[in-house]
Amino acid sequence: MSETRPRELRRPARPHLPWAKAVRTAALAVLVAFMLFPLLWMLSTSFKIEKDVFAFPIQWIPPHVTLDNYKDVWTVTQEFNFPLYYLNSIKVTVAVVVLQLVISAMAAYAFAKMRVRAGGALFAAFLATMMIPDQVTVIPRFLLVSRLGLLDTHAGLILMAAFSVYGVFLLRQSMIALPDSLIEAAKIDGAGHWRVFTRIVLPLSKPTLATLAILRFVWTWNDYQNPLIFLNTPAKFTLQLAMSYFSDANGTLYALLMAASVSAVVPLLIVFLVGQRYVIEGMAAGAVKG
Amino acid sequence: MGFVVFIAFPVLASLGLSLVEWKSIAPLSTMRFTGLSNFGYLLSGHDGGVFRRTLWNTVVFTAVSVPVGIAVSLALAAFMDKHVYGSKLFRFLIFVPYVSSVVASVIVWQVMLQPSYGPINELLKSVGVAHPPSWFVDPHWAMPAVIAFQVWQTIGYNVVVYMAGLKSIPAEVYEAAMIDGAGQWRTFASVTVPMVSPTTFFLTTMGVIGSFKVFDLIYLATGGGPGDATSVISFYIYQEAFVAHRMGTSSAAAWVMFAIIFVVTMVQLRGQKKWVTYE
Repeated sequence: MSETRPRELRRPARPHLPWAKAVRTAALAVLVAFMLFPLLWMLSTSFKIEKDVFAFPIQWIPPHVTLDNYKDVWTVTQEFNFPLYYLNSIKVTVAVVVLQLVISAMAAYAFAKMRVRAGGALFAAFLATMMIPDQVTVIPRFLLVSRLGLLDTHAGLILMAAFSVYGVFLLRQSMIALPDSLIEAAKIDGAGHWRVFTRIVLPLSKPTLATLAILRFVWTWNDYQNPLIFLNTPAKFTLQLAMSYFSDANGTLYALLMAASVSAVVPLLIVFLVGQRYVIEGMAAGAVKG
Repeated sequence: MGFVVFIAFPVLASLGLSLVEWKSIAPLSTMRFTGLSNFGYLLSGHDGGVFRRTLWNTVVFTAVSVPVGIAVSLALAAFMDKHVYGSKLFRFLIFVPYVSSVVASVIVWQVMLQPSYGPINELLKSVGVAHPPSWFVDPHWAMPAVIAFQVWQTIGYNVVVYMAGLKSIPAEVYEAAMIDGAGQWRTFASVTVPMVSPTTFFLTTMGVIGSFKVFDLIYLATGGGPGDATSVISFYIYQEAFVAHRMGTSSAAAWVMFAIIFVVTMVQLRGQKKWVTYE
């Protein structure tokens, strides 16, 4: 054997120098700060008094720190009731997430592990509908919901969002990966589909269920179009819908608007912070976007 | 099953509605079958060209925001993948705009881009731009402004997916390129870009579909204006159906949209087979 090492084992020609990496990290930090500029500005402005809002150059630390904007946003007035909108949003979002998890998981199990006649073709048809934009179905959904007498109710909004092709797809993919031998073994022990589903398949699908739950939480919480179309009564508004009315009514009270915006974004950031592992992994896992 | 009630039935009903003339505030009995005339009305320009302009705006919005967003995201992701410390923290931070609600973000952007004394225009004035644009209310700058917003909002999503794609490129490929004497730029262009092409195709398809469906941003930031400078197809569908109550033309517009998305998806599926490098 000669002393020359095989080509593959040689050190890379240009090793990365630690200081160069630090410089690049700093450059990226500047870039990211630039990207987060609007959100940082929102946070800073929400603690300002109105006359400091447009001081230039920008004062990142408010010269007169105040919590009045938040107090004003959260004070219940005749026109605006933020605690109620929060409650509405939480109610709708939680109901949608729970219902969708239950329904999607059951459908996914049927597609993945039960032998249904023409199951494959059915699933293909099911998937094809993912391509259909909401705009195509919105008018018939509107007519349907109003026929059912559910227009301007949370029930209508929740029911409509309870069925998700995307959720079924995501869960089916993870369930199909579970070994059939596990299920066969359980069946030999006398377990029916329900037992297999609740005792074996569901516990093993937890990470995917978590991904779906968090993504759906974010999407439902942020949904604007459906509440806009299906709700009329201000007392039933979700936070996003109420926010847009609030902004129309207080167009020039900028510090106040920023406080409201911060209030609307924070719960979501908390959910995201807690569940970011699942969100990012779910997204990275492929076919994602609701 | 809910699927039939809330998806399959509406699809068929919508197709039916696109062939009729009906004002939703009038009783069902006033519905009149008009064949394809809704489509003719929209596409021929007999509506004063509004729908054609809307379609064009949608195409411009998509054709700019998707490639720009993808290019920026790939560059960022490649940079973050190998060349910096704390890439996970950065990935999280970049993702924040994507989870922030569009309503809140648009309000912030509107205040920042406030024409007479918003911080962005103050900055422009201080560096010598005498008459900075009015952004969301400027006929020429409203479209660039909403495109910028869209890119800003979706970069986080693209970067996350790209970083996952980059992780799957085997290290040996990079080593081989280095041994062959390829510099960083060369490596990026000849190794990274082709190796992540499946991800690029996926993100392009999703991006095109997403941009074609953009609604919240337009409704909240510009209301399709000024004039119809930023009116896009989903905004048009909403206006027709729920403001003008013309269900027929609205449904027809929705089917035009669906047809375009369908064709784009099919073309991309074909293209994927042809162009994408798999290992």
